[in-house]
Amino acid sequence: MPDAAIELVDVNKWYGTFHVLKDINLTVQSGEKVVICGPSGSGKSTVVRCINQLEKHQNGTIRVDGVELSDNPKSAATIRSEVGMVFQQFNLFPHLTVLENLTLGPIKARGLSRKEAEDKARHYLERVHIPDQADKRPVQLSGGQQQRVAIARSLCMEPRVLLFDEPTSALDPEMISEVLDVMVELAQEGMTMVVVTHEMGFARKVADNMVFMDAGEIVEQGKPEHFFTNPRSERCQKFLSQILQH
Amino acid sequence: MMKKATLALPLFLLVAGCSSSQTWGWYVIDPTTSSGWTNVKFLVSGMGATIQISLIAAVLSIVIGLLVALPGLSEKRGWRLVNRVYVEFVRSIPLLPMLFWVFYGLPIVFQSMGMNIPIDPFWGAIITLAISDSAFTAEIYRAGIQSIAKGQSEAAQTIGLNYFQTMRYVILPQAIRRILPPLANQFIYIVKMSAFASVIGMQELTRRANELVVTEYRPLEIYTLLIFEYLVLVLIISAGVRWLERRMGADERG
Ligand SMILES: Nc1ncnc2c1ncn2[C@@H]1O[C@H](COP(=O)(O)OP(=O)(O)OP(=O)(O)O)[C@@H](O)[C@H]1O
Ligand SMILES: [Mg+2]
Repeated sequence: MPDAAIELVDVNKWYGTFHVLKDINLTVQSGEKVVICGPSGSGKSTVVRCINQLEKHQNGTIRVDGVELSDNPKSAATIRSEVGMVFQQFNLFPHLTVLENLTLGPIKARGLSRKEAEDKARHYLERVHIPDQADKRPVQLSGGQQQRVAIARSLCMEPRVLLFDEPTSALDPEMISEVLDVMVELAQEGMTMVVVTHEMGFARKVADNMVFMDAGEIVEQGKPEHFFTNPRSERCQKFLSQILQH
Repeated sequence: MMKKATLALPLFLLVAGCSSSQTWGWYVIDPTTSSGWTNVKFLVSGMGATIQISLIAAVLSIVIGLLVALPGLSEKRGWRLVNRVYVEFVRSIPLLPMLFWVFYGLPIVFQSMGMNIPIDPFWGAIITLAISDSAFTAEIYRAGIQSIAKGQSEAAQTIGLNYFQTMRYVILPQAIRRILPPLANQFIYIVKMSAFASVIGMQELTRRANELVVTEYRPLEIYTLLIFEYLVLVLIISAGVRWLERRMGADERG
């Protein structure tokens, strides 16, 4: 049995009195691709944000690479450097060029020299198919290109796990596939991925494990074959029939 | 347009004064006579001190303001409280009492702690102006930093930057465009308030005017010139602020 890259055991979280995550149990093996779907407000983003410590859970255990997340800021720093994150809104740094966006983390957090960091940045820009945009500002790029820069920025930190929170939801339809193509390539190269998305075509293609969330719970999870063809719960059936109609 | 109008009023007084020589005695600062020229030189020579005090106080206020603003942005309530207490407390003290406290009181506090730190009018004025202004600069920083979307600091954290790196490389470079113009405006406030330094004996513009009034007994003419001196200083600074705003705006677009 391979190491678990991420392990959530009985994780609970509240916003004030609002119980946003209820007994979440989820294991992501090294190299595995997990796709999380579910209706709006079901807690998908919150799960992902707890994994990289942008949010704190109140009880239960989250382990990344065997290290348990705690209030210890040192563990937060280790976790963050191993867990990359791609946001719905890209969150590129608008005052920096594409190349500077990519080298900032490696230089400041990893202590690489500028030269090493730039070589790495150019390498990953090529991987996301935009090698010639290095000196532009983010605003000069299309949405699809911006999101690919954001993916390259995460890859430059060489994370063990990459989290995606609805990476294509803010994109114009004609740009969705260019981003998904990059994600499929990453998946094929063996990257461990947790992806919140409603792109079921992508899910079918890469997911090893499908997770359906509703109202803060994981209602159903399983292999895509079973998940798409005969989901057990009614809520999941209903959700899938709605989303697959489009 | 505004600028012309601002200059017109004192000019009007000047003309009115020249035409009826009974009430006005411009000879006292008439640069064509030797005594008048000496007086003008005496008055204008306070400019250096006014500018020095204001500049040093502004720089200190910019630093203190940032240090006060940062805890105000914390998620921890305790840190935010530190910020609130400082800002509300400092903002509510009138400048003159604070100046007296710093100049006459602070050395005694130092003495009681076994330190012999004298405070001269120069540094007394600077410390007071800097602290008084820092409550305002702190609020300017806070608003500017809060205007940067939360996603920016989250993205910075996920690429491993710590708090200070996030501020230094991601947040402040973006916030500076919103911060710099109001900060420069605060400088005008400092220049005007520096006039209070005259009461603790600092030889700046206002003090010089007061001293000349005592010997020449021509308050109307001398204080008119004094107002002109501040007006010129402030107009120069506002021109600088506008230039800055234009440059920042241009940066934002390109
Ligand atoms: N900071 C917060 N304070 C209070 N409630 C919050 C906060 N963040 C999220 N919530 C609530 O928690 C619930 C789960 O939010 P979350 O963003 O995880 O949902 P989601 O499944 O990602 O939804 P979406 O598909 O809309 O992105 C929602 O009801 C949301 O309103
Ligand atoms: Mg979400």
